[in-house]
Amino acid sequence: MANLEVSSLTLTFRGLAALMDVSFIVPEGQIVSLIGPNGAGKTSMLNCISGRYTPDCGQISLDGLDLLRLPAHRRTSLGLSRTFQNIALFKGLSVLDNLMVGRHHLMDTGLLASILYFGPARRKEDAHRLKVEEIIDFLGLSPYRHQIAGRLPYGVQKRVELGRALAAEPRLILLDEPMAGMNLEETEDMARYILDLNEEWAITTLLVEHDMGVVMDISDQVVVLDFGSVLAQGAPGEVQQNPEVVRAYLGSEDSHFLGR
Amino acid sequence: MLEYYLQLLVNGLVVGSIYSLVALGFVIIYKATKVVNFAQGELLMVGAYVCYALTVQAQVPFVAAFLLTLGFSVVLGLAVERLALRPLIGEAHISVIMVTIGLSSVLKSLVQLFWGTNIQVFPEVLPNTPVFIAGMPVSPVYIAAFALSFLLFAGFSLFFKYSRLGIAMRATAFDQQAAQSMGIGVKNIFALSWCIACVVSCVGGVILGNINGINAQLGYMGLKVFPAVILGGLDSLLGAAVGGLIIGVLENVCDGLAKDVLNLSGFKEVAAFVVLVVILMIRPYGLFGTHEIERV
Repeated sequence: MANLEVSSLTLTFRGLAALMDVSFIVPEGQIVSLIGPNGAGKTSMLNCISGRYTPDCGQISLDGLDLLRLPAHRRTSLGLSRTFQNIALFKGLSVLDNLMVGRHHLMDTGLLASILYFGPARRKEDAHRLKVEEIIDFLGLSPYRHQIAGRLPYGVQKRVELGRALAAEPRLILLDEPMAGMNLEETEDMARYILDLNEEWAITTLLVEHDMGVVMDISDQVVVLDFGSVLAQGAPGEVQQNPEVVRAYLGSEDSHFLGR
Repeated sequence: MLEYYLQLLVNGLVVGSIYSLVALGFVIIYKATKVVNFAQGELLMVGAYVCYALTVQAQVPFVAAFLLTLGFSVVLGLAVERLALRPLIGEAHISVIMVTIGLSSVLKSLVQLFWGTNIQVFPEVLPNTPVFIAGMPVSPVYIAAFALSFLLFAGFSLFFKYSRLGIAMRATAFDQQAAQSMGIGVKNIFALSWCIACVVSCVGGVILGNINGINAQLGYMGLKVFPAVILGGLDSLLGAAVGGLIIGVLENVCDGLAKDVLNLSGFKEVAAFVVLVVILMIRPYGLFGTHEIERV
């Protein structure tokens, strides 16, 4: 069953088309990467899926459910979660609180019960904490648990943001340049986390990333956007061979597009 | 002589605790929605008049009237947010600020329309025989006022620190887009902020009405909140508490000093704003506010 399905999506800003008739599928359990030059519409695409932008026409469905009918904050409970290109953490909250906010939509305890902190409220709170601790272990964030998120090093903040997205227990996660600005070691760690969350937790992944080495290594499929349209899509090997992609991407054929 | 100043200190703390409440409302709205609310004082005035109408004009017992006023303030907060503020989401800050100024005029006119401009007095709720604290006479109303403000403040601080909604509100204050993608309904959070701001201001109004009586100029209390929040830091709850108390004490003590030493009266109205100017010169982000540090 197809998990995420985007069909003939068009998004314009005052007549300027950011996305034109874009269609692709992110099949259940796969890692699909969205690549393209700057300004190709990759982040706009993610914003349409997560609900920040409303496309002019076209459809986006998750497991056959029409996403565009729901306001952004309701899409989270369908199993959609995301990270941002420029880190968007709750900078003044601790790492733990950031992750707990990720679980906001899963918490249904009433105000009174949570104030008194008894019975079911207590059990649920413990269950939430347990899940959060699991994520903290997974991402190696335990030394930072009680620190204020905004004061952590850049690479760690990126990981906290991934953790917050995971805390929502998504079935589909949208990652907007998770490796941007990272050194080689951090990039490899992040790639490992993405592979692990895909394999072990069975989270379908839509990845936007500029690091071609990583994209070609970990993706099941690659979708290439250029000027708001899909230029090519397919397995990494096929896309790499596509002369049009190479031309659009770097302007010449003898480039080092094939990665590091 | 010492007693004179101690009395001023007590007065200052009580008035200051009301400033703190109104400042709390102001800070909550500013933090969650980045709206500078110029109608905060008028919300206080409306609360005071509604409670007055219930106790004096409708002869409802005070406790019931107080609870009804709380209920009314919740509805008022929701209505104001829904009708006046929500249509302006995404508009320029200056437009939103102008709307809150307009709102303050509307509320003020409505109050004058219904209740006129004369001073109205609340019935005595607490006995007026003074209680002696450390040998100093203090009116029971003052003690109740201070205790009530303190309780409200403590309650809301715990709410923000630990409750799911409180944490969601703080999260929204830091990053609306991220909060939304975590399943937080940002518009609901805005409505909740106005509700809380309205409730605390109305409580402040009721307390003030019990101490001084009320008139249509009560809304100018809202202006005193600016020195308090700028002293404390625009986005800090603790700052609102401390800022309110400091401004309350400062204006009372400065006023007393001016009368005592220089034989000048009327310094009270100015003192808070002198502080405001000084703070803006030496520490513009306030005592506890966020000091923007730019990392390159």
